[in-house]
Amino acid sequence: MQQDEVTLMQAPRTEGDDSCLPELVSHLRDNRTGLREEWAQRITDAQLLSAMSEEEIFSEVTSVFDKYVDTLETGSVESLQEYAEDLSERIIPRGVETHEVLGIVLLLRDVLARSLFQKYQEDFELLNRVLDAYEPAANRIAVIVGVSFVQERERVIGQQQATIRELSTPVLQVRERLLALPIIGELDSQRAAQLTDQLLNAVRSNRARVVVIDITGVPSIDKNVANHLVQTVRACRLMGAAVLVTGLSSDIARTLVTLGVDLSMMDTVGDLQGGIEEAEHLLGYEVRKAQAASPEDKR
Amino acid sequence: MPVPILKQGHYLVASIQDALSDGEVLELQENLLKQIGDFRARGIIVDVTAMDVIDSFASRSLRTVALTTRLRGAEMVIVGIQPDVASAMVQFGLLMDDINTALNLEEGLEFLDRWTAERTDADGG
Amino acid sequence: MSFWIVGPPKEQTPMGDEVLVAISSDRDVVRARQTGRSMATQLGLSRSEATLLATAISEVARNIVEYVGEGQILLCTVNLNGMEGIKVVATDSGSGIENVATALQDGESSGGRLGLGLPGARRLMDEFHMVSKVGEGTTVTMTKWKGPGRG
Repeated sequence: MQQDEVTLMQAPRTEGDDSCLPELVSHLRDNRTGLREEWAQRITDAQLLSAMSEEEIFSEVTSVFDKYVDTLETGSVESLQEYAEDLSERIIPRGVETHEVLGIVLLLRDVLARSLFQKYQEDFELLNRVLDAYEPAANRIAVIVGVSFVQERERVIGQQQATIRELSTPVLQVRERLLALPIIGELDSQRAAQLTDQLLNAVRSNRARVVVIDITGVPSIDKNVANHLVQTVRACRLMGAAVLVTGLSSDIARTLVTLGVDLSMMDTVGDLQGGIEEAEHLLGYEVRKAQAASPEDKR
Repeated sequence: MPVPILKQGHYLVASIQDALSDGEVLELQENLLKQIGDFRARGIIVDVTAMDVIDSFASRSLRTVALTTRLRGAEMVIVGIQPDVASAMVQFGLLMDDINTALNLEEGLEFLDRWTAERTDADGG
Repeated sequence: MSFWIVGPPKEQTPMGDEVLVAISSDRDVVRARQTGRSMATQLGLSRSEATLLATAISEVARNIVEYVGEGQILLCTVNLNGMEGIKVVATDSGSGIENVATALQDGESSGGRLGLGLPGARRLMDEFHMVSKVGEGTTVTMTKWKGPGRG
């Protein structure tokens, strides 16, 4: 939560506001049980938190109510933010959505407001003073809880997306020193960068000498993607691994040449199977060559 | 403190810990040339595992050392370029196409074995 | 005392958002990029992103040392609508570059400040601006943002 967003919500307090706070807070505390039940009922009527069981709702409702009233009393933004973050972390995996969170907070605000109307209905001026204290505080709570929830959701979604990207570009160890990377799906800059990261780290941990990158499953390749590919190849080379690119149709190859992409960087082979055979040949060939050249053989 | 150079069989191994200044690069080059002469070393491994950044200056320096030692008859292999460093170098445009690279010390030694074996072959023993 | 061990920069404050590094030697180049890396890591940038940043810093810092002799680099954390990143402002009061556009062109052979450095640094960063006035000096401003999917 941005610090400046919160200060905007802190409306300047007028005279006499604070004096009403302790009184209204103790009224809300005294009627805690009844108000909580009313709130829980309203939540059920509005069919919110349908993903949770009655016991779970009751337990959350109890904890949120107390926190709400505490915050009205202390005005502590930090404490509420922490609480809201914890709450969000807990309920998001349960499938609770944004409109539900906002909904229940606003319902609580209404339930408490009604209770205040009822208590102070005889004295309109006093009621106004009480509401002057209550409303800004209640609204601030709604904003903080809502924003925390949304931010946590965004963070979770971002993480999920990163995981999906990782899972969709698995680097396979075909045999010792040989890695294969069949790419499936569209390649954008972000995915390409993450792909390169994964591959280079795999080259290091697997001590790969040859990498076969198969792009049969990539529907379209533009200049950007091709350049990313070239860069991946070059980076692998710096780490001592040779790269074969397979699945590059002659149509695509022609298009890329027209776009001015330097294909001389890539050794291309027809399909993945062919690429792996070529790679094995390269690896076997190297070993054989060294043995043939050893001094003992020549004697 | 100059870059330590160790002898490993017929090869020399230099491990660079961090950024070298101009003077230090020259010093490394001179030391390598001297030791190539003293020990008739056929290959040099420069280990950059500890370098967390390789910029254009470092890349130029490495290239200079490689070319100079090659003139003296010793082939150089750079080993230990880390994944994120390799990525950065490529994005930057530092290719080092004309320099041998291998994953680590072991791979580097194997490369030099193959290289010198080929040369011995070509020279007719 | 080993030549190779460069400890945590004295200018760095653990809680600080901004660090100014004076540049006049090779060691300062290393200090500047290590500070950049540690600020990036603290902010939650990935290892790759931090290395890109450190490399770009190294490049502009070395430019200063090699062609001007001294200057300074300001490193700060920035936030733009929720996007977080590290901003680098490298300044010197050297003789300036006549044609910034040419200096930023690829393929310029080394000679003066038209080496591989600046176009390369620009490729590594997300934002890059360069202002230079002959006789007054040069300022390079560049930013690296934190990628998505990181809490």
